Amino acid sequence: MNEIIRLEQIKREFLVGDEVVKALRGVSFTIGEGEFVTIMGTSGSGKSTLLNILGCLDVATSGEYFLDGIPVRQMSKNDRATLRNRKIGFIFQNYNLLPKTTSIENVELPLMYNRDVSHAERRQRAIAALQEVGLGDRLTHKSNQLSGGQMQRVAIARALVNNPVIILADEATGNLDSRTSYEVLALFQRLHREGRTIIFVTHNPELAHFSSRTITLRDGRITSDTRNTHIESAEAVLASLPKEED
Amino acid sequence: MDISNLFKICIKALLNNKTRCFLTMLGIIIGVAAVIAMLAIGNGSKQSIRNEIGQMGSNMIMVSPGNGQFGGVRQSASSMQTLKLADYEAIVKQASYVDKITPTVQASGQAIKGSNNTPTTIYGVNDQYLDIRGYKIASGTCFTDSDILHAAKVCVAGQTVVDELFPDQDPIGQTIRFNQIPMKIVGVLEAKGYNSMGMDQDDLLIAPYTTVQKRILAINYIQGITCSALSEEYTDQAIDEITRIIQTNHDIKIGQENDFNVRSQQEMMETLSSVMDMLTMLLAAVAGISLVVGGIGIMNIMYVSVTERTREIGLRMSIGAKGRQILLQFLIESIIISVAGGVIGVLLGIVAAKVISLFGMATAVSTFSIVLSFLVCVFTGIFFGWYPARKAASLNPIDALRYE
Repeated sequence: MNEIIRLEQIKREFLVGDEVVKALRGVSFTIGEGEFVTIMGTSGSGKSTLLNILGCLDVATSGEYFLDGIPVRQMSKNDRATLRNRKIGFIFQNYNLLPKTTSIENVELPLMYNRDVSHAERRQRAIAALQEVGLGDRLTHKSNQLSGGQMQRVAIARALVNNPVIILADEATGNLDSRTSYEVLALFQRLHREGRTIIFVTHNPELAHFSSRTITLRDGRITSDTRNTHIESAEAVLASLPKEED
Repeated sequence: MDISNLFKICIKALLNNKTRCFLTMLGIIIGVAAVIAMLAIGNGSKQSIRNEIGQMGSNMIMVSPGNGQFGGVRQSASSMQTLKLADYEAIVKQASYVDKITPTVQASGQAIKGSNNTPTTIYGVNDQYLDIRGYKIASGTCFTDSDILHAAKVCVAGQTVVDELFPDQDPIGQTIRFNQIPMKIVGVLEAKGYNSMGMDQDDLLIAPYTTVQKRILAINYIQGITCSALSEEYTDQAIDEITRIIQTNHDIKIGQENDFNVRSQQEMMETLSSVMDMLTMLLAAVAGISLVVGGIGIMNIMYVSVTERTREIGLRMSIGAKGRQILLQFLIESIIISVAGGVIGVLLGIVAAKVISLFGMATAVSTFSIVLSFLVCVFTGIFFGWYPARKAASLNPIDALRYE
């Protein structure tokens, strides 16, 4: 199994006033290709800081982070931007779609910052990504014409379009009702089955049952790192939910 | 990411906020239109003054006697006798920048016909004088070289004189008396009206210089030489040339004071033009201030836009936009606003100039003013867009993403 992520004794300290706040106090783990990992923790556990570091938005105070074999800590800001563009797909709690912009244009966005991708290829890849998340019939809808679940699926398509080595989801179901949450989870599980590597950050313990591995953080340290032997199927949960009343 | 992608992103962002975008542009539009219109008014008045002077002969050069001293007493120009016909002949022979040339003598007096009479001035010149001063013969003919040779008692009359002496008669062929000398009118000049100094340009008689010299004034010198340069640009060369020729003729050594003056109509025009230039600059400065205010409007809106789109900036950064690309995006947006505003402003300014000219004020839109205001627009966009764009580019993606 290829190693996608390797963290070695990651520490992150913030200076708040005169006080040093230790958000991460030495976190190490590796994530291999094709894993679906839930990172769990209550607020203040350091999971957001960890996510920022994993997403190359922030760098550790000490320790090293290898993404797809590339050491990140010493990289310049611009190189990290390029790395994010090529290797990472972000999914946010609040979708972060551009307002008044069509699905296609939203999905195309990461490729706009990649000069190797031509206009025609960009469009074609955006359409393919939208079809993959089941929005083939919503290509030219603007973001304000979509429901929450649809918006999140556009965001997932946007995260897939650059063919990243890792998908980082930050509370991706946090703004959705439970039915839509399961739909989105089912989509994540399908992507996982297709071989994608996914890191799902949440504070909700229920969601951990759907992934293949759970890492729990508390006060900047890993308290548990377990493999799920029994993975629940989101599709099955979805089927067991009472039918929506029209 | 190449520039064309950036342009697409910018235009998209601007179209998402059409009203705001247009209102921001409005500041620039008004500023540019005002600059164009003001410069057009300034240029127009300058041109109309130039034309007026041009009608008097814009390339006209006048040589007058001057600076003569007799026993330390300075003499007035009219009593000077330093210019001779020989000077005129020397210039005719030697000068290469001079086109038309005439010696001039003049006398004031009373013109009388029957029971009518009027005070006027008779100019003794040759037939080239008409071309130099821009006079045209309305009827009859001008006097001839043979008239000059024989000091013939003929003259050409200006319209004012004709109106005074011949209220209801054709003056051609009639004989009038000027200071007791009978003169036959052979031609009548086209009316020129008043010049910009308020002088009636039609109140005159034109006669061969020999006639005025010998029969009226009884002198053997000339009072001046009037000539025209080949064209306006050659005026300075022509002045230098004429000065040198007369200096040689009068045997004036280096360091000695000239006993004559050479002046051009051009100098007068420049004086008037410089006054107009100042006025134009004043108008343009006032209009320029409104352009600056428009620029501040752009900065203001771009600032708001950066704050409002903080999350979008965070998103763009998280999916791989570099700080430089964010900076360029906002910079290009503000340049698009200002340049588009500039283009509309230029068109509006041209229309405004046309409308103003309908109200009787002379306007002339110059290419210079268009190029200038266009460049100012680009500069405004860059200058006032830079600070907000810098602010956007320097945002921390983590904070920007979480910005509420």
